[in-house]
Amino acid sequence: MRIETRFWSALVLTLPLLAEMILTPLGIMLPGGVWTMAAITTVIMLIAARPFWHSAWASFKKHHANMDTLVAVGTATAYLYSLWAMMQAQPVYFESAAVVITFVLLGQVLEVRMREQANTGVEKLMQLQANTAEVWRDGRYQEIAIDQLQVGDQLRVKPGEKIPLDGIVLEGNSSVNEAMLTGESLPVQKQKDDQVFGATLNQNGTLVLRVNKVGSETMLQQIIEVVRKAQASQAPIQKLTDQISDVFVPAVLIVSILTFLVWYLFLDATVGQAINYAVAVVVIACPCALGLATPTALMVGTARGAKLGILIKNGTVLEQANQIKVVAFDKTGTLTEGTPKVTQTSTIPQVDTQQILNWAASVEQVSEHPLAQAVVATVNADELQPVHNFKAIAGQGAQGEINGHLVAVGNLTLMGDATLAPQLQTAAATYMQQAQSVVYVAWDQQVQGILAIQDQPKASAKPAIQQLKQANYQTAMITGDNQNVAQAIGQQLGVDEIQAEVLPNQKADHLQQLQSNGPVAFVGDGLNDAPALATADLGIAMGTGTDIAIDTGDIVLMKNNLTDVPKALKLSQKTFMKIKENLFWAFVYNIIGLPLAAGLFVKWGVTLSPGFAGLAMALSSVSVLANSLLLKFDKIS
Amino acid sequence: MIKVIVGIVGIIFIIGIVWWFFGKHQVAESTAVIEGQKQRIKINVDGGYSPEKVVLKQNVPAELIFTRKDASSCLDHVVFPDLGINQALPKDQPVTVKIDTKEAGDYNWACGMNMFHGQLKIEPEA
Repeated sequence: MRIETRFWSALVLTLPLLAEMILTPLGIMLPGGVWTMAAITTVIMLIAARPFWHSAWASFKKHHANMDTLVAVGTATAYLYSLWAMMQAQPVYFESAAVVITFVLLGQVLEVRMREQANTGVEKLMQLQANTAEVWRDGRYQEIAIDQLQVGDQLRVKPGEKIPLDGIVLEGNSSVNEAMLTGESLPVQKQKDDQVFGATLNQNGTLVLRVNKVGSETMLQQIIEVVRKAQASQAPIQKLTDQISDVFVPAVLIVSILTFLVWYLFLDATVGQAINYAVAVVVIACPCALGLATPTALMVGTARGAKLGILIKNGTVLEQANQIKVVAFDKTGTLTEGTPKVTQTSTIPQVDTQQILNWAASVEQVSEHPLAQAVVATVNADELQPVHNFKAIAGQGAQGEINGHLVAVGNLTLMGDATLAPQLQTAAATYMQQAQSVVYVAWDQQVQGILAIQDQPKASAKPAIQQLKQANYQTAMITGDNQNVAQAIGQQLGVDEIQAEVLPNQKADHLQQLQSNGPVAFVGDGLNDAPALATADLGIAMGTGTDIAIDTGDIVLMKNNLTDVPKALKLSQKTFMKIKENLFWAFVYNIIGLPLAAGLFVKWGVTLSPGFAGLAMALSSVSVLANSLLLKFDKIS
Repeated sequence: MIKVIVGIVGIIFIIGIVWWFFGKHQVAESTAVIEGQKQRIKINVDGGYSPEKVVLKQNVPAELIFTRKDASSCLDHVVFPDLGINQALPKDQPVTVKIDTKEAGDYNWACGMNMFHGQLKIEPEA
C-alpha cells in the first residue's frame, strides 16, 4: 500500500479517537466506548502500521534497529498494553498508538515529497538534452535519435533549436545561449571552427557542425556526472552522525525501559502511566532528521551551483571552502586575458596611428611572437600590405619593405641610428613604468611611432578581488612573469601579495608558503595549473571558454568570470552552514525532547504525550528538509 | 513482589538488547558469481541488506541487483558515497547497480538515511 493511502486511512480512523479525547471531559463518548476504540486502533495497526512492524522485525533478525523499530515498538507497546488494560477495566491509551502512527506517516509523506524536490537537480540537467538531431545521411538531412549519432557526423541546427551534441562549427554564424551549461546570461557568438556544446540553444542563425563528442564524453554528461557524484558524497562532518546512528536506536530502547522502570518502581506511577512515558521516549527519539541533515543540503547546494555554472565536486570540498583564509590566483590567463593586446599608441605628428598600425602589422604578419600577434590583431587581414625582403631578427624584432620603405618593428636595439623624437621617448618611459611592453616602428631612419602592449586584466578581475577582500580573504597572485609586470597588474587590481618570477614547478612551493597564513584556495586554469590546483587546500579551476578541464579542481567554474570565485566560496559556505544548522536542529530536538518525554519536567507540569512526541518527530524531519530547500532561494552574490 | 519481578524483567530486557545489537554476530557475506564476462550478485533489501558484505573481483564488470521488499522509506535509496551512486529502489522491482571494479579496496554503501549499511570488497587480481 502506498504511503499516502496509509496516511489518509490512519488519519480518517484517528479523528474519532481524537474527538473522543477532547470531548470526554464534556461527557461525550464514542458509542461502544473502549470496544469501539480498540476496534478502530486494531484496524489502524493492521492497515497503516503493519509495514513498520514488518521492517522492524526484518532488521531485528539481522541485529539491526532503525526508525521503524522505534515506531513499531512504541505503538505496539501502547496498543498491546491497552488491550490488556481494557480486559482489566483500567485506563487505556489506544489513541496514543493511533496518533503516533498518523503523525509518523504524515512526516514520511511530507518527507518523500520534499526529498523528491531536493533531488530534482540531476533530472533537470538531464532534461536539457535534445532527443533528436538533423544529421546528413545518404545525401540529405534526416532526423534521427540522438543515441544513434557518432563522432564525425554532420548536423544541421536551425535557429531556435537546441544543439544536440558537442561539435565544431563547419558553416554558419549564430549566437548561442550557453546559460544552461555555464550560467552565462549573454549569448556567445559562434562561427566556423568554434566549439559548441550539446543542450545549448542556437538563437538566430543556422549552424552546420561536426560532432566531436558523444555519450558520456559531452560537456553536459560530464556536468551531470559531477553533480551526481557530489550529491551522493558525504561531508566529513557527517561521520559523527554515522557513529551515532549505529548505537542510537538500541540506546533509545534502553532509555525507554529505564524510564518505565524508574516511573513504575520508584515514582509510584501506574503501569499505564509508566508505559506512556516509555512510549513517548521511543517515539520522540527517531533519528531520521539526523540522517537527512547532510544529504538534503548537499543536493540543494550542488544543484544550485550547477545552475550558476559552479560545479562543486563533493561534500569534503564544502568543508574545505569553509576554512579558506587566502585566495591565490594564477596571473596569465586567469586574472588577465592571456593574450597581449595593443593598449596605447603614440606617433610623431606627421604620421597617423592607422598607418603605424597597418605597416607594423604588415611586417609582423608572418611572425609568431606573441607581441607580433597583438600588433597583427589590430588590423583587418584584407588591409595588410605586401611586404618584400622580410627578415626576422632574433631577440629584436622584424623588418621588411613596404612601398619601397624599409620598415623596422621591434625593440630599441633594432632601431639602431634612427632618430627618436623626445615626445616618443617620454611616452615610451611612461608605458614602461606601467609595465607595458614597448614596440618601436621606424622607417626612413626615423622612429615614426611606438605601440604599448599589455596582457590586460579581465574586466571581472577587479570586482572579484574587491569582493574577496570585503569578505575578509587575503588575496595573492603567483606568476612566472617578471617583477615589474606582476607589480603593475597586482597593484592595479589591488592584490595583497604578489609573488613574481615563479617557475611553473615552483608554484606548489610558493603555495605552501602562503599556507602559513591559513588554508589557501588556488584559482587557475585547469590545463596548465593542475599541480598547483592539487597542492592548494582548495583548487578552483576556471573554464577557458572552449576547453573546460572538469577533472582538475575541487570546484570548477564553467564560465570565464572571476566574480564566480567569491560566489563559489559563498555558496560552499552557505551549503556547509545548512548542514551544520540541520545537524544542530536534529540534535536539539532529541536533547530537548527526550527528557521531556521521559517526564523529567513533570514537577513543573510539562509533559509530552506519545501523540505529541510523534508530531514533534515528524516536524523535526520536515524542518530539516525545509531548511535545506531554503538554500534554493538564498542570496549568493 | 510484583515490582521486583518487573524490575528483574526490565534488566533482562536491557541486557538482551545490549547483547543482540552490540554483540559480535556473523554478517552474511557472499562472493559474486561470474557469468560470462560479468559478475553478478542479488541483494535482498528487507530490514537491511542480505548479503551485507559482497566480495567482487577486480577488473570484471560487476552488477549488484537490489530488490527492495521492505516498505520503509528509509531503504528506498541505496547510496555508494565513494562511487558517486545514489540509486532509487522502487519496491519489489529488481534494480541493477553497475559497479566500476577498476580499483580494489573496501567501499561502503548505505540506505538514503544512512541507517543501514553494507560493504563492498573488491579483491585485487591475483
